[in-house]
Amino acid sequence: MDGEPALRISLFVACYNDTLFPQTGVAVTEVLERLGHTVEFPLAQTCCGQMHYNTGYQAEAIPLVRRFVKMFADAEAVCVPSASCVAMMREHYELIAKNENDAALLEEVRSLLPRIFEFSELLVNRLGVEDVGAAFPHSVTYHPSCHSLRMLHVGDGPLKLLRAVRGLDLVELPKQEQCCGFGGTFSVKNADVSAAMLAEKDACVLATGAEVVTALDNSCLMQIYGGLHRAGSTVRTLHLAEILAAREAVQ
Amino acid sequence: MSVRVGKTEAAPDFPILAKTALGNEQLRRNVHHATDVIRNKRALRVEEMPDWQALRDAASAIKAHTLRHLDHYLVEFEKNCTAAGGTVHWARDADEANAIAISLVWELSGLEENAEVIKVKTMTSDEIQLNVALEKAGITPIETDLADMIVQMGEDEPSHIVVPALHKNRFEVRDLFRAKMGLPEMTEDPEVLTNAARIYLRDRFLKVNVGLSGANFAVAESGAVCVVESEGNGRMCVTLPDALITLIGIEKIIPRFSDLEVFLQLLPRSATGERMNPYNSLWTGVTMGDGPRAFHVILLDNGRTKLLADEMERETLACIRCGACLNACPVYRETGGHAYGSIYSGPIGAILSPQLQSLEHSRSLPYASTLCGACYEVCPVKIDIPEILIHLRGRVVAEDQKTLGGKLSAESAAMHGAAAAFQSQARYEAAQRLARMGQVLFKRGDQLKHLPGMAREWTRFRDLRPIPAHSFRDWWKQRAKSGTGKGAQP
Repeated sequence: MDGEPALRISLFVACYNDTLFPQTGVAVTEVLERLGHTVEFPLAQTCCGQMHYNTGYQAEAIPLVRRFVKMFADAEAVCVPSASCVAMMREHYELIAKNENDAALLEEVRSLLPRIFEFSELLVNRLGVEDVGAAFPHSVTYHPSCHSLRMLHVGDGPLKLLRAVRGLDLVELPKQEQCCGFGGTFSVKNADVSAAMLAEKDACVLATGAEVVTALDNSCLMQIYGGLHRAGSTVRTLHLAEILAAREAVQ
Repeated sequence: MSVRVGKTEAAPDFPILAKTALGNEQLRRNVHHATDVIRNKRALRVEEMPDWQALRDAASAIKAHTLRHLDHYLVEFEKNCTAAGGTVHWARDADEANAIAISLVWELSGLEENAEVIKVKTMTSDEIQLNVALEKAGITPIETDLADMIVQMGEDEPSHIVVPALHKNRFEVRDLFRAKMGLPEMTEDPEVLTNAARIYLRDRFLKVNVGLSGANFAVAESGAVCVVESEGNGRMCVTLPDALITLIGIEKIIPRFSDLEVFLQLLPRSATGERMNPYNSLWTGVTMGDGPRAFHVILLDNGRTKLLADEMERETLACIRCGACLNACPVYRETGGHAYGSIYSGPIGAILSPQLQSLEHSRSLPYASTLCGACYEVCPVKIDIPEILIHLRGRVVAEDQKTLGGKLSAESAAMHGAAAAFQSQARYEAAQRLARMGQVLFKRGDQLKHLPGMAREWTRFRDLRPIPAHSFRDWWKQRAKSGTGKGAQP
C-alpha cells in the first residue's frame, strides 16, 4: 500500500454518479483516504458537458466547460470515476477553448488537463499503487469501456488493481472490446440497435459465469445491468471503486 | 447544380431502417459472420507490420497535403492524362456525370441503339445512380465484379463498400443463380458458384466493346489510374474493350507514383486482410496495340469541394474506401449496410453522405453511432470519424434550432433544461430532488418501468434502478456536518 506522499485530491464525481450511483463516490473516497490521501469535494460541481457536447448541443456545453475548469484550476490532482467524462475533457476541452478563441481558457485547460485522472489511472499511474488492501471473494469479469480503452488507453491498469484484490476470481470477458451499446443519447435515439448490441454484450457476460461485472463507467454498467435484470439475471454490476473499497472476509 | 447520393427519393431515418434490419435474423447472422472473418484477418495482417502506425501517419499526411492543394493536383492530373492520350471530362454533379457517360457510350460503341457497357469497381457510379440513367437511355450496364453482379442480378442494393453482397450467404446466392441463370442443378459450393459466374461473364467480356471502371487512385504526376481487386474481372474490364471510361471522385488524386507504396500496403490489409491485392492494375492514357484504344476520365465533384472549405470536414475526403470501419463498427454489425439508407454505409457513410448532401435526407446518420472509437482505431488514413460525427450533430442541432418544431422538441427542451440546471448548484440540486420525487409514479418494486418522454425508449428494453434517496453530495454534506469523517450511507 506504499506509494506517493499524501496528496490533496479533488473529487469530480460526475453528475450521473452523484445522482444515480452515490455509492461509487463513497467508495472512491474510502479507497483514497485508506491510502492516506486527503479528499475534497467542491460542492458547486455539476457536469463536464459531455452529454450536451456529444449530442450536438455544443453551445450549451461551453459554460459547463468553463465552470469545470474554473472550479478545479487550483487542484493538486482531480479524480474522476468516469472514463467517458475524462475522455470528454482530454479530447474536447482544448478544441472548445480554441473554437471560442479564448486564449486564457486554453491556457487554463492546458494547465489543468495533466492533473486530471480517471480513478484507475490515479491509482496506478499517479499514485503507483496496485494493491489497495481490498478483499472481495467473488468471481468478477471486467468490461473495458470504449472510452477507457480507446481514448484514455488505460491498458491493464484496472486488471492489475483487480488481481491484487484478496479472494477475487478474475474471469476474462469474451469479445470484451465490443461496445455495450450505451453511447449516451444513442441508447434512447437508437434504442433498438442499442438493445441488440446489449444483448450480445450480456450474453458474453453470462457466458463467463461471473457473479459481478465491473468497469470504469457506471453508464455502461447501467446499460449492462438494465439488460441483465430485464432478462432475470442476478449478476451484479459494480464500479471498480466499489470492489476496491470492499473489505469482505476472505477464507 | 444538385448533389444527390444514391437514390433520388429520401430514405427513411436510420432508426426505422435499422429496426427492419434487426428483424432479419438471416441478414444479421450473415453480417456477424462476414465482419468477424474480415476483422480477424485484418488484425493478423496488421499485427505483422512493425511500421503500421508510421504508415497510417504517412497516408494521413499525404492525403492532408493533397486535399489542401487539390486544385493544383487535379489540373496536373488532367494535363498528364491528356498528354498520355486520355481525355478528361469534369462533372459538377451526378446529372452532368451521367450525361457525359451516356454520350461517351454511344460515341465509343458506334451504336445507335441497344448498347451495352461492362462495368467494374465503381461505387461512385452507384453514388450517381449511373445504372439507372444508362438504362433510361437504352444502354445495358453489366456489372462484372462478382459481388456487384450478385447485387445487380438480385435487383438489390450494395450493403458494404468493399463487399457489396456481404449481406448474402452462398445459399442465397445459389438460389439467385438458379433462378436467374436457369441452372436448377446449381449447388452452393463456392467453386460451382464462381464457375457459373465465370462462364456467364466471360461471354460479356469478349463481346462488349466499352468498359466502365472506377479508380482507387489517380496519380497526378503521370496521369496514371490504379484499380485494385481480387478477381481479375477488373483487369479484363479495363484491358479487353476497345474503349474505357473511368469515373473518378476528385478526392482519389494522389500526387506521386511513389505514394502508392504507402497506400498499396494499407489498403489490402485494411480492406480484406490480404498482404497484397491479387490484381493491381495501373494504366496511363492509351498505348497503341495494348488495351483500349480510347480512354476517357470523368472527374466527379458532386458535393466534394464543399467539404474542402472546413478543415475537419475535409478529413472525410481522405477515405480510401477500405471498409475497415464498417467491419469494426458494432452498430453496422447489428444492422448491415441497408439501414443507412445510402450507398455509403457504416461509420464513413454516416459522415460522408450527410456532408455531400448538405445534411438533406441524412440527418439521422450522425447519430447512428455510440462514438465507441473502433472506426478511428482501424482507419488506415486516420480519419477521426467520432469527432466528425459530433461536429455534424452540432450542425444538425444548429439547423433544428432555427425551426419552431426543432426548438420546441422534447429533446431540445430536455437539453436546455439540463444546461440551465448544470450552471447553478442550487438549480442542479433542486433538479435532483425533483427527479427523485417524480420517479415514484414509475416505481414497480425495486425498478423503474415505463418511463415517459425520451426515457421511454430506455425502459422499452432495459430495467433501471430508482434514483437513491440520497445523492453523493448529500452523503458528503452529512459527513462534513457530523465531523466524524463518516457520513450516512446513501
